[in-house]
Amino acid sequence: MNWQVLIPLLLLLAVIFLIGIWSNRKLNQSTSFISDYFLGSRELGGLVLAMTMAATYGSASSFLGGPGAAYTIGLGWVLLAMTQVATGYFILLVLGKKFAIVTRRFQSVTLIDFLKTRYQSSTVVIISALSIVIFLFSAMAAQWIGGAHLIQSITGLPYLGALFLFAVAVLVYVIIGGFRAVAVTDATQGIIMFVGTFILLIAVVVAGGGIPSIMNDLTTINPNLVTPFGHDGQLNAAYVTSFWILVGVGVVGLPQVAVRAMSYRDARSMHRALMIGTVVVGVIMLNMHLIGVFARPVLPGIEVADQVIPMIALETLPPWVAGIVLAAPLAAMMSTVDSLLLLVSSSVVKDVYINYFRPQASRSHVKKVSIGFTAFLGIIVFLLSINPPDLLIYLNLFAFGGLEAAFIWPIIFGLYWKYANKHGAIASMLVGIVSYIAIYQYNETYGDLLGVHAVTIPVVLSCIAFIGVSLLFKQKPYYFEEALS
Amino acid sequence: MPKGDWRFRIAHREALIGVALAAFNIIWWYGFAYTLGSKPPEEYTYILGFPAWFFWSCIAGLFVMIALVFLVVKFVLKDMPFDEEGRDDL
Repeated sequence: MNWQVLIPLLLLLAVIFLIGIWSNRKLNQSTSFISDYFLGSRELGGLVLAMTMAATYGSASSFLGGPGAAYTIGLGWVLLAMTQVATGYFILLVLGKKFAIVTRRFQSVTLIDFLKTRYQSSTVVIISALSIVIFLFSAMAAQWIGGAHLIQSITGLPYLGALFLFAVAVLVYVIIGGFRAVAVTDATQGIIMFVGTFILLIAVVVAGGGIPSIMNDLTTINPNLVTPFGHDGQLNAAYVTSFWILVGVGVVGLPQVAVRAMSYRDARSMHRALMIGTVVVGVIMLNMHLIGVFARPVLPGIEVADQVIPMIALETLPPWVAGIVLAAPLAAMMSTVDSLLLLVSSSVVKDVYINYFRPQASRSHVKKVSIGFTAFLGIIVFLLSINPPDLLIYLNLFAFGGLEAAFIWPIIFGLYWKYANKHGAIASMLVGIVSYIAIYQYNETYGDLLGVHAVTIPVVLSCIAFIGVSLLFKQKPYYFEEALS
Repeated sequence: MPKGDWRFRIAHREALIGVALAAFNIIWWYGFAYTLGSKPPEEYTYILGFPAWFFWSCIAGLFVMIALVFLVVKFVLKDMPFDEEGRDDL
């Protein structure tokens, strides 16, 4: 066991627990458990908001899978990863102030709350809750597996032990703290990630003898590594560009991201979050993926993509620094898992159980059910992760695409188009989900349809379905001003 | 609440700015990557050690976007209240 690496890591976990306990004390003082547990009472400031978005979004795929792919594929994969810079500003600007105003007036606590009030349809609620539960489950499992692999490669524990350690850490603090704990610790973790990636990048450049020398070595290994087209020349422009939908602008449709766009205190927090978020997301994405590419000549022959980052950190850094730097991906995964857990549990407890079964539930009953269900979910994911499938990044991206295909148009048109109605929303969600699963399966077998990622066509189809069906069952225009008064 | 909430007009404009920024970002990113990058690797020029296509598309592109976002926040976005007087938030 490598204690010099482990001690800084354990210190980080301890700090996270303390923050969780502190948040829990605030939770007991607040008047509305639901709003506080699931939304932190809408009082996030700019820094916390930017960091919680970056940390939720920057998951195992950006910290282990992504750099691992860059290691194999080269600069072409960094180009692909840079499509994510848009998330730093696009989400907050596009959902923006209108979403903030409207969700406050609706008193929405979750994304589903918003859709329910806007469309007045229980079918929309049920489809939404179902797709969140199904798709986020696979995303969560992917994160847990990544976390366990990481702990495994640092500590040398067997997989099951590592998974157990990760699960306990995540559960304890999400259960005691709720959204505020998650958001506040996300901010801590975001800072760790930001600083950590810088340290590691510098260490790798030094180990490789400077950037020109690394590029030279890469060209010697395979000249394709420094082109935009990937190591085998197969990474075509249409495919890479379609990632603008999957991980760039389409992220607006992810419930775990959208819920953060309703949690900020005021317009100034949002303005600050825009600036901080763009810098943080952009720099972290660029650095992490460059580290992956630069690691190739420094440490050739790594077989398992997820191990590139841990191995290069242990190779190029003093052990205690490696411990702090490796806390970054662990932090990213923990915060992603925490927010996903909260989201799935809020969909079931708040959006289905309280809406339809116990509208008059008392505060203490809601609290018990929320915390109990969150814990129950965590345990199920733990059991599923014991015998996991291999391809972490694809599992994760599968979930992203499915949620985006389901939610992007009901959110966007719901906010900005007065003729959007429940028929359009239902059609759009069904078309999006079904065509996504079908095209995903097709692509796995026959190669990418039209050469683009599986999410692209469903997003277009669900848009057409939304507009077409909304106009077909045309109702009188919807004005938030009237609905709100 | 009056019809045609003034805050919505500003919010709509700012959402369009978000779309415009993303469109610009995509054009910049695509333009440099697939023009300069489509040459055979032997003919690449290098800036600060990086192939020129990568430097312009990814590194310079990031800094340009950061600068644009800062300018938009400083000079275009408007401050506004999110709550109404006399109505309690959740």
